[in-house]
Amino acid sequence: MSDDGAARWSSSIEQVYRAEYGRVVASLVRRFGDIDLAEEAAGEALLAAVEKWPTDGIPPNPGGWLTVTAGNRAIDRIRRESRRADKHQQALMIDDTDPRDPTGPVSDDRLRLIFTCCHPALAPEARVALTLKLLGGLGVGEIAAAFLVPETTMAQRLTRAKRKIREARIPYRVPGPDDLARRLDGVLAVVYLVFNEGYLASSGDAPVREELTGEAIRLGRVLRELLPDDPEVAGLLALMLLTEARRAARFAGGELVPLHEQDRGGWDRTLIAEGHALVRECLARNRPGHYQLMAAVNAVHTSAPAAADTDWGQIATLYAQLQAVAPSPVVALNRAVAIAELDGPEVALAEVDRIAEGSPGLAAYHALHATRADLLRRLGRSAEARAAYDKAIETTGNDAERAYLARRRASLAPPGGPATG
Amino acid sequence: MTQYLLSVIHREGEEMPPLEEMQPVIDAVDRFNEKLQAEGAWVFAGGLHPIESATTVDGRGAEPIVTDGPFSESKEWLGGFWVIEAADLDAALAWATEGSRACAAKVEVRPFQSE
Repeated sequence: MSDDGAARWSSSIEQVYRAEYGRVVASLVRRFGDIDLAEEAAGEALLAAVEKWPTDGIPPNPGGWLTVTAGNRAIDRIRRESRRADKHQQALMIDDTDPRDPTGPVSDDRLRLIFTCCHPALAPEARVALTLKLLGGLGVGEIAAAFLVPETTMAQRLTRAKRKIREARIPYRVPGPDDLARRLDGVLAVVYLVFNEGYLASSGDAPVREELTGEAIRLGRVLRELLPDDPEVAGLLALMLLTEARRAARFAGGELVPLHEQDRGGWDRTLIAEGHALVRECLARNRPGHYQLMAAVNAVHTSAPAAADTDWGQIATLYAQLQAVAPSPVVALNRAVAIAELDGPEVALAEVDRIAEGSPGLAAYHALHATRADLLRRLGRSAEARAAYDKAIETTGNDAERAYLARRRASLAPPGGPATG
Repeated sequence: MTQYLLSVIHREGEEMPPLEEMQPVIDAVDRFNEKLQAEGAWVFAGGLHPIESATTVDGRGAEPIVTDGPFSESKEWLGGFWVIEAADLDAALAWATEGSRACAAKVEVRPFQSE
């Protein structure tokens, strides 16, 4: 085979493997009760695929093929390693009371594993890393790079989390009805955290880390497939899709472009249509929640052909509902932005200052200062606006946002006199 | 089944209230203990005297060294414990939640090493 052919094969096998990885590992974890064994066996199945598929072709059900192959490799490994034998054969016997065709629908194995990875007994950063590793199939190096920590640190974090799962016996189980809502909240929070870390990277050179936003959306789709009746699952997916749809228009020349200045022709209409359909579905269910309301806000923005057409009344109402469901000073701040459009910057500024007074923690939040700066600028209070831009620039970790804020600051009237020209 | 240690954590400044105020807590802990026994989760449990009663012994040298007080200066210490048997961490956390409510204190959950 030519080098080109080999490279093409390797990339299409890699793609299939990445897409099927979570399924394969989840099924092996259920069967053998051992995450390390599952990961090793999945890795061996990949090697087998790389060897066989170029000559035999990709099997009709590649996920099933990988699962069966990995399962066989796991059993070989157990037989080889006598140290492990007793323990695992016991595990096998226990788990055989719940037999399932490994090539059949194994989707709920993934759901079990997501709940394990996002268990509240694990540290939040470990939850994110484990989810990306076991369900996303990302390598340790990729995860370390995405979160800007050294690879050894990330490897230790993962090892420690897996050891705790084993030693404390964190179960592979979808929680019972009493706990489901609370625990699902934790899972959604992890997925949204991955998305946000990618979307507005808090540090580093790249303004957006696409591998993280893409992976979060993929996990959101998996959750939606597994829990089609949960409105918050639909809401989170819609929120991510409607945010992602604007990604290309959010930056120009290394500078953040705010929503009202974005070229709406650059928005991804396919993602918007999918997001809008999910939001409509949520509205029909009428069981509003945090993610659904945020998705609805984004649906209003993405429905407006131009910034001037935005239905700010509806946005203010949605933020008020959000404040009732999940009160936070950040939500209040967003509502104040809508108020500025409805009642003018003076009313909004009073509101923002009242919010800031009530939540001293907001002082370190760049969006507070950026919002104040913008309102002060619109009120012609240039000196105060300049001070607020300074604070916003100081508190943001994102270079593209810093560039935007610096441009806005530079557009203010010079200190000591009215603008000329 | 795995055995878990549920440690009741007492904080400095949380002094024992008078007995009449303690009675509801004692009753709640009794009810929790009975439930643990009835459901087969009970292994062992005990409450400890206040931290001032502690003595620390270091027997690693030629002569044992005995000192008054706990092994570390801390603002939190073990006030009592349960040893329970549970199928997994979720089951242990559910017991710990009930135990924490009963004794009105934080509870730490740790798995025992299996032999």
